[in-house]
Amino acid sequence: MESSMNVREYSNISMIKGPLVMVQGVADSAYNELVEVEMPNGEKRRGIVVDSQKGISVVQVFEGTRGISPVGTTVRFLGRGLEVKISEEMLGRIFNPLGDPLDNGPMVIKGEKRDINGEPLNPAVRDYPEEFIQTGISAIDGLNSLLRGQKLPIFSGSGLPANILAAQIAKQATVRGEESNFAVVFGAIGVRYDEALFFRKFFEETGAINRVALIMSLANEPPVMKTLTPKTALTLAEYLAFEQDMHVLAILIDMTNYCEALREISASKEEVPGRGGYPGYMYTDLAQTYERAGKVVGKKGSITQMPILTMPNDDITHPIPDLTGYITEGQITLDRSLYNKGIYPPINVLMSLSRLAKDGIGEGKTRDDHKDVSNQLFAAYAKAVDTRGLAAIIGEDSLSDTDKKYLMFGDAFERKFVSQGVNENRDIETTLDIGWEVLSILPERELTNVKVDFIKKYHPAYRGKK
Amino acid sequence: MAQGKVARVNGPLVVAEGMKDAQMFEVVEVGEPRLVGEITRIEGDRAYIQVYEDTSGIRPGEPVVGSGAPLSVELGPGLLGQLFDGLLRPLGEIKEVTKSPFIKRGIKLPTLNREKKWHFVPKIKKGDKVEPGDILGTVQETGLVEHRILVPPYVHGKLKEIVTEGDYRVEDNVAIVDMNGDEVPVKMMQKWPVRVPRPFKEKLDPTQPLLTGVRILDTIFPMAKGGTAAIPGPFGSGKTVTLQSLSKWSEAKIVIYVGCGERGNEMTDELRSFPKLKDPWTGRPLLERTVLVANTSNMPVAAREASIYVGVTLAEYFRDQGYDVLTVADSTSRWAEALRDLGGRMEEMPAEEGFPSYLSSRIAEYYERAGRVRALGNPERFGSVTLASAVSPPGGDFTEPVTSTTLRFVRVFWPLDVSLAQARHYPAVNWLQGFSSYVDLVSDWWIKNVDPDWRIMRDFMVRTLLREDELKQIVRLVGPESLAEKDKLTLEVARLIKEAFLKQNAYDDIDAFSSPQKQARIMKLIYHYNQYATNAVERGIPVKKIADKITVVPDIIRSKATIKNDELQKYDELENKLKAQFDELLKEAGA
Ligand SMILES: Nc1ncnc2c1ncn2[C@@H]1O[C@H](COP(=O)(O)OP(=O)(O)OP(=O)(O)O)[C@@H](O)[C@H]1O
Ligand SMILES: [Mg+2]
Repeated sequence: MESSMNVREYSNISMIKGPLVMVQGVADSAYNELVEVEMPNGEKRRGIVVDSQKGISVVQVFEGTRGISPVGTTVRFLGRGLEVKISEEMLGRIFNPLGDPLDNGPMVIKGEKRDINGEPLNPAVRDYPEEFIQTGISAIDGLNSLLRGQKLPIFSGSGLPANILAAQIAKQATVRGEESNFAVVFGAIGVRYDEALFFRKFFEETGAINRVALIMSLANEPPVMKTLTPKTALTLAEYLAFEQDMHVLAILIDMTNYCEALREISASKEEVPGRGGYPGYMYTDLAQTYERAGKVVGKKGSITQMPILTMPNDDITHPIPDLTGYITEGQITLDRSLYNKGIYPPINVLMSLSRLAKDGIGEGKTRDDHKDVSNQLFAAYAKAVDTRGLAAIIGEDSLSDTDKKYLMFGDAFERKFVSQGVNENRDIETTLDIGWEVLSILPERELTNVKVDFIKKYHPAYRGKK
Repeated sequence: MAQGKVARVNGPLVVAEGMKDAQMFEVVEVGEPRLVGEITRIEGDRAYIQVYEDTSGIRPGEPVVGSGAPLSVELGPGLLGQLFDGLLRPLGEIKEVTKSPFIKRGIKLPTLNREKKWHFVPKIKKGDKVEPGDILGTVQETGLVEHRILVPPYVHGKLKEIVTEGDYRVEDNVAIVDMNGDEVPVKMMQKWPVRVPRPFKEKLDPTQPLLTGVRILDTIFPMAKGGTAAIPGPFGSGKTVTLQSLSKWSEAKIVIYVGCGERGNEMTDELRSFPKLKDPWTGRPLLERTVLVANTSNMPVAAREASIYVGVTLAEYFRDQGYDVLTVADSTSRWAEALRDLGGRMEEMPAEEGFPSYLSSRIAEYYERAGRVRALGNPERFGSVTLASAVSPPGGDFTEPVTSTTLRFVRVFWPLDVSLAQARHYPAVNWLQGFSSYVDLVSDWWIKNVDPDWRIMRDFMVRTLLREDELKQIVRLVGPESLAEKDKLTLEVARLIKEAFLKQNAYDDIDAFSSPQKQARIMKLIYHYNQYATNAVERGIPVKKIADKITVVPDIIRSKATIKNDELQKYDELENKLKAQFDELLKEAGA
């Protein structure tokens, strides 16, 4: 907020509802102005102005309104917006979204105050992501490749191993041929404490803890704190990427908690609810979070964003995954039936997508046959899944010989290509070679998505004979 | 001009009081940072303003100043090849001014560069009578586009003065018209209010196909110059890629690409690839014919509402010059959501799913601005505006208000299907649900210019696909092996249609753009395959045997990505091989 004013104090509270406090007699509160609420016992809370009218201000209190009384409470309008002090000192540390330390360490001393809402990146300065990140996970690298600067969420279901997968990616991710100045910013939104600690322990064990900043709000905190968490995390990510030249991986977990907090706040404002009771502006709100990723021309750093969300009832059409999918550059979708088959990572490749992959793979980037192999694996696996459905109805015996081959392919694909160990780090060549191995189960004439030259070069039937 | 004070700030909605002379849709400046807004409701002296920039920090009492004019855009040389925001502010120049990767609010930069000089060639003489739309002169704006400087609508009279050929700025007077004794100066730049359609002499029916190079669109669900199309589909189904293909390969003179509430990187993608890509119809860099309007999802929501009117106004302006213009909008659902958001804040009575009750009239008005017209002015010119828009239904549910309403107002429907997209069958246009009401209209063109059998072959493909769908239901009951041989063949031909023709990889250098001739050649191969194979089946040869022996099929499937548009003679080889293999098969079978 540019125009700063003096601090003004009022104590005429006419209404308290949900996280909102209505203050009377305020002539000139600014929209989104920062407010301090002081209770008779001296406890202070913070909030912002969400509706400013002549004479009335509606203030949304971050820490919630529990215990606030209309009597004896003072509301101070601070004449500035919500800013958090951001600094590279935050690496290796844990903070709440207002920038207060949660790890018994000191406050941030040297830093830059920033409005955590951020500003939209000018599309004219964006630099298009093109560098392939090798995650070591075949279902991602081979078929849904992640690029540096991409925003690629993980769609999970309750109980599915999204956190383990995210941790594995964070540990294994490399851009080949490059030692990079990397950092991980972790936004833990309304999580259980043990979830947050899982990641912390994990990074401690991998020795990377000093490169990781954790911005955290817990499950039992008020909804506004939850909605602030990704904003602060991404503000830090932007600072590290575009001021400190770091390659930042921003992991946000769990965006479902974020959306539920948003819904709760919206309901208390009595806004007209949209689908599933979520506010109509949730698309725009989420976009303002997810779009804070990417690369900028002339800057060395980058933000690669990996939000994690839980699909309620495993339903991908639920507003949370739906609106997310409409904003992010693809998604990695986890699947309960694969999980139940004992496949880790249980990635449903057909329901997953990386929209940017095309620019980061192929000759000179990964391997010349990558695009073709990927297209062929997708086409063949889709056919295999279809055939499985048919076999379940009419019985395997009534299938044609080719269809039976597809069934075999489908199983091998899941067990050999998708499935791998929690610590298994496959390079892209290995991934593609496994791809060829499972494709070779099919008759060669089915492989119409790959160029004949690649068949001659990589198909196991020819490779051995060279 | 109205001058009042802020009384309330609620997100993008600001209420101002003391606005006695305010007009509906007047543009105002709000608060100390002078944020741009537009009046959308007036009650007494209170004006409701939708503000196009972030209102953080604005407080009651700050000034609100009217401009006396509705939201308008600058039209003239300097539009092509540029990236603008939803209000047509030049994002490239904003980058230079802010020296920051972020867009700061309150920035005032004109659309058209004021310093740049353009080489103006007058086309009429002093003393000539002029009327609205007459071509005063021309500017070769890019290698591809001659920008025609028109007498603005509502200006007519006798040409009192016109400058000689030379270099001028957009604000220089290039002519003076004597209009009933008044001297009206005319510049290369004119302004037009975006919510008002530009006038024309008469609206005409489309007559020409708008070729896109995308096979399923051109051949199965064709578009016409001046037509309207919607592309609905769930996330990730290929709306943007399809619109990008249209913007790259369409046979349009001018392309306006409106990114309305979508991703920043998608605009960057266009911006970085268009200078390098060549227009297949002229061989010139694509950026020379393109205007990019970007109001991405993270930019203020009110400007998103305005951006599609900005886009279509630009289109009309080039149409009036006598050009065929394509405007793609990605996505009109985000525009509708902006309407809903603003309506909600004004406490309007919501209709279906919270959308305002005027949603359908707004959608209708938008598509009404498409069409082929006889433009105002001399010499006589015909131009067209084609509108193609993405629709993003929540949960992929096509019965929701924006999709179902849009369907009522468009003549071409390219619905994208989640299961096709998941199987990576792109473009994922559902061939059973799609429609085009221009098939008959474009048939003549294809028959005359490409292949006399075009309609027969096209209808054969459509029929085969429909029949395949029926057969698949049967297969689900009894399995594929119990089908009659001729039905098995239908499945095989349908597979060929899908693999060799419908599937098209937008990222493959060769496959991305298919010339009409190439489309017809592939179609012909499939048509012949069906003829030969039907003959073989009738002579008792099982389909399985055909599949084993006709080994040229994978080559036919691959041909879309192996045979270039300028080496179509290679299709003769495939034709010959196909025929030879069937002859051989018949001989072997002794039939
Ligand atoms: N014709 C095509 N050729 C190759 N790939 C395609 C094609 N169409 C779509 N795709 C693939 O599908 C992905 C998603 O397409 P796209 O971004 O156009 O989806 P969308 O419908 O616009 O989604 P959203 O609504 O989320 O914006 C692309 O990134 C690309 O990988
Ligand atoms: Mg899109």
